[in-house]
Amino acid sequence: MDLTWYLVLSALIFATGVAGVLLRRSPLVILLCLELMLNAGNLALLAFSRSLGNEDGQVFALIVLVIAACEVVVGLGLIVAAYRRRIPLNVDEFRNLRG
Amino acid sequence: MKEVAFFAGAIGALGGAIAVISLRNAFYSVLALIVHLISLAGLFLLLQGEFIAAAQIVVYAGAVMVLYVFVAAYVGNVDEPLWEPIPGQRFLAPLLGVALFTELGIAIIGSGLKSIETEGPTVGLGFGSPESIGRLMLERFLIAFEAASLLLLMAAVGAVVLAARRRAVPGSGD
Repeated sequence: MDLTWYLVLSALIFATGVAGVLLRRSPLVILLCLELMLNAGNLALLAFSRSLGNEDGQVFALIVLVIAACEVVVGLGLIVAAYRRRIPLNVDEFRNLRG
Repeated sequence: MKEVAFFAGAIGALGGAIAVISLRNAFYSVLALIVHLISLAGLFLLLQGEFIAAAQIVVYAGAVMVLYVFVAAYVGNVDEPLWEPIPGQRFLAPLLGVALFTELGIAIIGSGLKSIETEGPTVGLGFGSPESIGRLMLERFLIAFEAASLLLLMAAVGAVVLAARRRAVPGSGD
């Protein structure tokens, strides 16, 4: 299996994530689409790590995993806070940051 | 054999990704993302990232997705209005996705990198094993590892502060 296949698949998943962020309004689904993009990046990192025969890329992918977890935690916290305050969960209405 | 495994993983990952953005119910989107993550873990195994694949399943498909499931169930289904802030957004967004994929595809195919047209060099048996990844993380990448752990702690505290039920603060409308 050429590594090009993995990179093309990674590009395809990334483009799907971008289309999702532009298409959907629910902040929860937009967070899911961000996950898609981060995972596409991880796949590319692992493919390049394999092509170089060097494990540094895998450590990089692991750090990306941690950053994704942080982003999810903060994003879900924001969603729960907005829901508690009865702010409609629609990104078009998340326009001001004032509490 | 490797081809079959790759295409099975690729179909799972891509199908999951498309299901995430096309399913109406946010709860089903979360479940589709779990399918995507598990297929991707299989692809990581094909690329000899054993530890990453295990971490992907345990941390991502396990812990993080449980968080998503809870929040999706708590918030309930969000109905998305048909009103579009930019006219024709519904058609422009997939078009932009296709354009981005074409561009990335040209960049990958036209890069002229010799090493991505092979299966990669032969590597030892321990490539990507927990032992070697752990050795790298605690020796060469110690600072990145510590910074990531600090960031995770800050994110956890921040989420608690954000989502905590406020006491009635005088003067606020709560």
